[in-house]
Amino acid sequence: MTEKNKIPPGGAEFSGPMISIRDLRVSYDGGREILHGISFDVQRGETMVILGGSGSGKSTLLRTLVGLQKPSSGEVWIRGKNFAAISNEERDEIRTRLGMSFQGGALFGSMTVGENVALPLQEHTKLEQSTVEIMVRLKLDQVGLSGFEDFLPSQLSGGMKKRAAVARALAMDPEILFFDEPSAGLDPIIAAGIDQLILELKKAFRMTIIVVTHELASAYLIADRMVLINKGDLVAMGSVQEMQNSKHPRVRQFLDRVPEPAVAQELDYLQMLTEPSSKQGEGRQGKSR
Amino acid sequence: MELARKIGASVLGGLAYVGSLTTLSARAVYFTFIGPFQGRPARIQRSISQAMEAGVRALPILSLITFFLGLILALQAAYELRRFGAISFVASAVALSMIRELGPLITAVIVIGRSGSAFAAEIGTMKVTEEIDALETMAIDPIGFLVAPKFVAMIIMLPCLTIWANFMGILGGSLFGVLKADFTFQRYITASLDSLFLRDVVTGLIKSFMFGITITAVGCQEGFNTGGGAEQVGRSTTKAVVVSIFLVILVDLIFTMLFFVLAQD
Repeated sequence: MTEKNKIPPGGAEFSGPMISIRDLRVSYDGGREILHGISFDVQRGETMVILGGSGSGKSTLLRTLVGLQKPSSGEVWIRGKNFAAISNEERDEIRTRLGMSFQGGALFGSMTVGENVALPLQEHTKLEQSTVEIMVRLKLDQVGLSGFEDFLPSQLSGGMKKRAAVARALAMDPEILFFDEPSAGLDPIIAAGIDQLILELKKAFRMTIIVVTHELASAYLIADRMVLINKGDLVAMGSVQEMQNSKHPRVRQFLDRVPEPAVAQELDYLQMLTEPSSKQGEGRQGKSR
Repeated sequence: MELARKIGASVLGGLAYVGSLTTLSARAVYFTFIGPFQGRPARIQRSISQAMEAGVRALPILSLITFFLGLILALQAAYELRRFGAISFVASAVALSMIRELGPLITAVIVIGRSGSAFAAEIGTMKVTEEIDALETMAIDPIGFLVAPKFVAMIIMLPCLTIWANFMGILGGSLFGVLKADFTFQRYITASLDSLFLRDVVTGLIKSFMFGITITAVGCQEGFNTGGGAEQVGRSTTKAVVVSIFLVILVDLIFTMLFFVLAQD
């Protein structure tokens, strides 16, 4: 399955889909299946928003895409390479072309913001320290944090932390950028700022961007296409327009923000406890939490 | 039958744990001694800062404790020895028990309290805040980045600290010797040194080297084993300290037995 040829250096164009998922299934150690066979492609330069409620498996999907979670079956192709079937060296090579912004930022608390952004450059390039410093300033400037090099993450506000995390994700000029809940825990103004930042990155660098979120307003604004994940199944996929016009009951419920009928929810919860890995029918209403 | 099964299960669990510690140590050894020759970064700066934290900053408290310990040993020894009119043997009693056993052991216990717990807390917190995941997505191996520098720092600093602890213990004993046992300071030190063989010093240092590996492996392993949530960090820190103390005593026992057998031949 594996292609032996190495990725050409300098971010040479790759013509196929940047990300391709085929019948992806993920189970945690206990055996409970989180994702029940998901397939979709993400093209170069596209912004794909993965929507889903709490416990829908969307975060697991993201973790699998960046290789933090191993699929139990199915394939994840990143830039034409099957992520599960390549050597560690090849995987690391691909990872230097991915950037990930974690929900809480995941900045290293013992390092300054500047050192955080510099870290991937120091680890993976042979750049002079002075060049690294210039790059760090550029990246921080890009996310609107110029002058914050010497601050510790604990001295930053939530929104600034998230921006610093984006700067770190951008350090290696990634081709694919992943965002886990970019606006979680931020006030609407700051959250809008992050959305704006994502749009700018997309416009300026033609980056492929994957965003996991449950914020509809943000999703409508930034998405080229969206997928809706419900209880580990891909329920619907399409452009913003297509999703908004969808007649699918689950899509309608999610987009129209209709609460769960209480009884159905409890029954559903019981069902989830008793049949952990059962695939649920399309028509049934109910969220896993 | 039930009892046998339980004993069997806990023995297996213990062996699996020791196995995981060995794997972690082996990978840390790889990143320390082999990785740099294969183009991986050596992280000397990080090792130095870890050595400062685990070694140099431990000196004041270590000095104080081992000084007192030497004094206590002298008092305890003198208590018995003076009944036989053999109080001049205080110097050798203190020197031997410090250098062979108590120096390495008490140093290890202090380092567990200061650094073993800190390793577990640091890595545990990083696990909870997704920083370990972040390292992995940046293609930076957490073992090479976090564990290897600690490993280097500990296997260098623990023997050094042990030498210092031995010295302070003898100094503590000399306080008693000079004040209560008619020694001059010079004569006390000479008597201490005369009672020692090189073998005593070397076995003590070999033990402290092994303690360094044990403490680092347990501290880091418990950090990586941390589940979600802040309270889990506290739990792994506690566990790191308890397990480290137990394993250090176990390693101590094994090596003391080994040296005992070797010395007979």
